[in-house]
Amino acid sequence: MNNSSVVAVRFDGVSRYFGEVRAVDQVDLKIQDGEFFSMLGPSGSGKTTCLRMIAGFDRPTAGRIHLYGQDVSGLPPYERNVNTVFQDYALFPHMNVGDNIAYGLMVKRVPKAERMKRVEEMLELVQLSGFAGRKPSQLSGGQRQRVALARALINHPKVLLLDEPLGALDLKLRQQMQVELKSIQKRVGITFIFVTHDQEEAITMSDRIAVFNQGRIEQIGSPAEIYEKPASPFVAGFVGTSNLVGGEVAKRLTGSEQTFSVRPEKIHLGSAQDTPSPDMIVVDGVIRDVIYLGLYTRYLVEIEGGIDLVVVEQNLKTSSMEALSAKGQKVKLSWHKDHVSRVGG
Amino acid sequence: MPSKSSSTPKASWGLKLASLGTLLFLHVPIFIIFLYTLTPDERTYTFPLPGITFKWFGVALQRADLWRALKLSLQVAAVATFAALVLGTLAAAAVYRSKFFGREAISFLLVLPIALPGIVTGIALRTAIGGLDIPFSYWTIVIGHATFCVVVVYNNVLARFRRMQGSQIEASMDLGANSFQTFRYVVFPNIATALLAGGMLAFALSFDEVIVTTFTAGQQTTLPIWIFSQLTRPRDRPVTNVVAMFVMLITFLPIVFAQKLSAASSDTEGEPK
Amino acid sequence: MLNRISTYFYQRPKLVLALFLLPPMLYMAVVYLGSLFSLLINSFYSIDDFTGLVIRELTLKTYGQVFSPANREIFMRTATMAAAVTVFDALLAFPLAYYIAKFASPRAKTWLIIAVTIPLWSSYLVRVYAWKLILAKEGILSWFINLLRLDGALEWLLSFPSIGGSSLALSPIGMFIVFSYIWLPYMIIPIQTALERVPGSLLEASSDLGARPLQTFRTVILPLAFPGVVAGSIFTFSLTLGDFIVPLSLGNSKFFIGQAVYSYQGTAGNIPLAAAMTMGPVVIMIVYLLVARRLGAFDAL
Repeated sequence: MNNSSVVAVRFDGVSRYFGEVRAVDQVDLKIQDGEFFSMLGPSGSGKTTCLRMIAGFDRPTAGRIHLYGQDVSGLPPYERNVNTVFQDYALFPHMNVGDNIAYGLMVKRVPKAERMKRVEEMLELVQLSGFAGRKPSQLSGGQRQRVALARALINHPKVLLLDEPLGALDLKLRQQMQVELKSIQKRVGITFIFVTHDQEEAITMSDRIAVFNQGRIEQIGSPAEIYEKPASPFVAGFVGTSNLVGGEVAKRLTGSEQTFSVRPEKIHLGSAQDTPSPDMIVVDGVIRDVIYLGLYTRYLVEIEGGIDLVVVEQNLKTSSMEALSAKGQKVKLSWHKDHVSRVGG
Repeated sequence: MPSKSSSTPKASWGLKLASLGTLLFLHVPIFIIFLYTLTPDERTYTFPLPGITFKWFGVALQRADLWRALKLSLQVAAVATFAALVLGTLAAAAVYRSKFFGREAISFLLVLPIALPGIVTGIALRTAIGGLDIPFSYWTIVIGHATFCVVVVYNNVLARFRRMQGSQIEASMDLGANSFQTFRYVVFPNIATALLAGGMLAFALSFDEVIVTTFTAGQQTTLPIWIFSQLTRPRDRPVTNVVAMFVMLITFLPIVFAQKLSAASSDTEGEPK
Repeated sequence: MLNRISTYFYQRPKLVLALFLLPPMLYMAVVYLGSLFSLLINSFYSIDDFTGLVIRELTLKTYGQVFSPANREIFMRTATMAAAVTVFDALLAFPLAYYIAKFASPRAKTWLIIAVTIPLWSSYLVRVYAWKLILAKEGILSWFINLLRLDGALEWLLSFPSIGGSSLALSPIGMFIVFSYIWLPYMIIPIQTALERVPGSLLEASSDLGARPLQTFRTVILPLAFPGVVAGSIFTFSLTLGDFIVPLSLGNSKFFIGQAVYSYQGTAGNIPLAAAMTMGPVVIMIVYLLVARRLGAFDAL
């Protein structure tokens, strides 16, 4: 199924303005067939507007949107083979679960017998067999979520859009649904486009992630690429914790004034006497603050030039007593050159 | 009396009594009419009743003028309600689905006919009908009634639209339903009880309206106009009692039903049980 | 086919909006605003005293007649009645509104609100008629007053020329009772809504600070409920101002505004004067609605 040469969704210079506000600004994007693709960004970054334009609820002010090669920019939602799982689920309160799931087939005049059969299959897929007769109001949040998923998937859409579908669930259920969504996606082989503001969620589930900021895409890449090689200060800051170093200090350490980022867990905390290998970047510093977090300890180290770096060390041997007494110690920080990513600016 | 009320969670006896008194004042008078339908006294409203008789129900049934008036009232109310349903729903849908310049003005214009005293609407229509030399007819009554019935439907339907959960319309279109299917399977079931409630209130309002009708009916007699003529020049007292009771009952049931419908739907946030 | 039509409209949301708005707005603008405009125009016409025909020329002559001594008396009488009814309704409404808002259980509250709203919708005419029975000379109220041996007091009251009459059913006192009864729900609902917004914690804070119940009532509840009283009062005032059914059914020969309008346009055939007389209540109501809208009370209508 995963045919990477087929483009499922293509944005060509798509913009969407609401009055003066540029919700989406000149976005170019290619999403491959069968991909689990996430649109990640803070609220108001344009990710949901992009999703709504793919679904057909909104029309681009400029640019074109193609679905599997067909220009759909002006088509209404019911003319596109795309389905959506809404943030608030948008189940029809006046219909029972079975009728909700069968809705897409019903409006396409699929015979009743077949409808019932496929509803059963879908209920099984989302582990809700036997719930067909219930009303949405009698379901829990997680169950409504599954009904919404089944209602979309029964139509065999080419692309499934998910608009922060896990936002309303509690943490435990959310983690469970993340795993489940991913496995369902593998089984049905449909392109999933997943909108979220939760970077952890995006990293856990996605094949690729587009990071949105102020109506533009800052970076597109695999979760590892996004995390290890953030392309901009925004991405470095939004996805995970990051140390940004620029100016004079950057020049002395890397030979370029360009701002770079290094992740806290990539930094090695050594004693002042250590002699690290030559492909390491080394800098002296003083531990200003220590936070013991059980699994690991977070240090705040001030290096030359008055810059604070966050360093995280796993507590393999350290105990809390030792960790906390490290405050004020002189240390030598070092990290591998490969772990430096230039973020420009 | 208010001065005896207290800020403790339990109401004082004075407050309870005063509240009960007001409630009785609001509702008891109606039952007096029911009592008087049984009086054998034809000339006065003597109390206590000199006896008990059921004959006036039979007499009222025989009155051709009453049947004509009833028929006219029902026809007017039916057509005015239908017009109000169409116009009110359209206006509510327009105001709900988009933000546009002058939305406020529309609510204002629609509420004006019930906010202004009925005599204003009545005399205004009267001058227009007179000025345009339109002959008084069944339609002049309907046109008058529709002006103040529209807002009733509009308010009910708009309130329901606003309570409608989330993105149901988008979800329906997303699942392949065109606008017409979306209306039939999603929008209509959502607003059906609001239409019913609004329609019944509009019907009740039109059925017993007298002030505007006085100015738009010409020589025609609706049931309320018949009662009004009896109020100023009583000729058929016992029959009037029967008619008054009948009008009360015919409007009471839809009103209570409509109130319960609205209350029920706001309890469950638009989710029919 | 339907899909094609649906798509055509889907791509033109402004057209759909226009199609939705056109019928109701056309109707309201043409029929209702048109009529109001014709009312306004007619108030500037006058009537030929000899032929009784309307002269369709703009003049202020009719407004001059509106302010004739006889009509000024009508305005004064009506306004006095409206004010008296308003005050009495406020007194009657407050305890019940207060009870519904602050003491009734949620279940009881639903029913009480329905009990107050039903008279608002139900037949106004029949409710007036009920009082015709109650107030009749030989009717239930007189019987009750006789039972209490208060008939002397009633006769004394009815002997006052300005408020009395041959019986309760044909006197300003009777009208006052009926007006108060008819418009009472219009007063209860806004007061209840206003009191509903007074948080219970505020009352507790007041008694916490040492205020006795009466003080709490005067210093906290009354000021906060006042906007509700004002909203209700303007309803009761303007509705009394424009009504003609009650004066025609229960009044004596002394006219009220609504009654005057009714007879000018009817038996006298003087539509310009009727129109000009109506402008009083219209102006009052429009000013009120504009104020109410500014205060945000409009959504509650």
